[in-house]
Amino acid sequence: MVKLAKEKIFCNLSISVQELDFDIQYEIDNIKRRKKNFGGLASFLGQVRHSAENDKTLLFLELEHYPDMTEKEITSICNDALGKWELHDIRVIHRVGKLIPGDNIVLVLATSSHREEAFKAVEFIMDFLKSRVPIWKKEHYENNSSWVKSKKSDEELLSRW
Amino acid sequence: MKILYFAWLREKIGVSFEEKEIKAVTVIGLIEELVLLDEKYSIAFSDLSFIRVAVDQKLIQDFKTSIKDAKEIAFFPPMTGG
Repeated sequence: MVKLAKEKIFCNLSISVQELDFDIQYEIDNIKRRKKNFGGLASFLGQVRHSAENDKTLLFLELEHYPDMTEKEITSICNDALGKWELHDIRVIHRVGKLIPGDNIVLVLATSSHREEAFKAVEFIMDFLKSRVPIWKKEHYENNSSWVKSKKSDEELLSRW
Repeated sequence: MKILYFAWLREKIGVSFEEKEIKAVTVIGLIEELVLLDEKYSIAFSDLSFIRVAVDQKLIQDFKTSIKDAKEIAFFPPMTGG
């Protein structure tokens, strides 16, 4: 857990990159136990889609990452968010390894005094997680597999910040 | 110098990392040096618009970035996290 000094408030920043699943309710309760004085909590939970390609069903997704760098990059994105909005807590969990449709992939929680800052922070962090954190997805079907291609639209989203 | 590869770059080159004595002083110089070594590198690096680079675990935008004092260079495709 990293404690970062802001002008008025301390923000708890907690980041995990893990193979294990997570529980959104546990994470929310954890924040509420530690800090009771926030006005709102915004969350994003990403999961593996039940997708099909050429009539073939996705069996599983494999997430590869650059272990020495992943957490550093996520920390840097969260620090940028802290520079933009007054936040009380940020919690990010990103899973790696083998995941099947319906599995959780990513969780972003942010708390602040007012909803607008929490909403914006979660959206900002997600936008940058998509195209700035060294994680790659490979889709596995019954007879073939392919690396997910990055979307130009994801990259373009970054310019709005 | 330690050179790392991820995702399809790792698959095309066949290893996740390797240690090499490098003469090049920039990222693009390193790519040119690797491409001369073996065909697998020229295949992997055939389109640089699909290549992202981290020098000592920091993303760089400019292929002319110096690697003179770098310990670790990583090559990978555009990221698809989240």
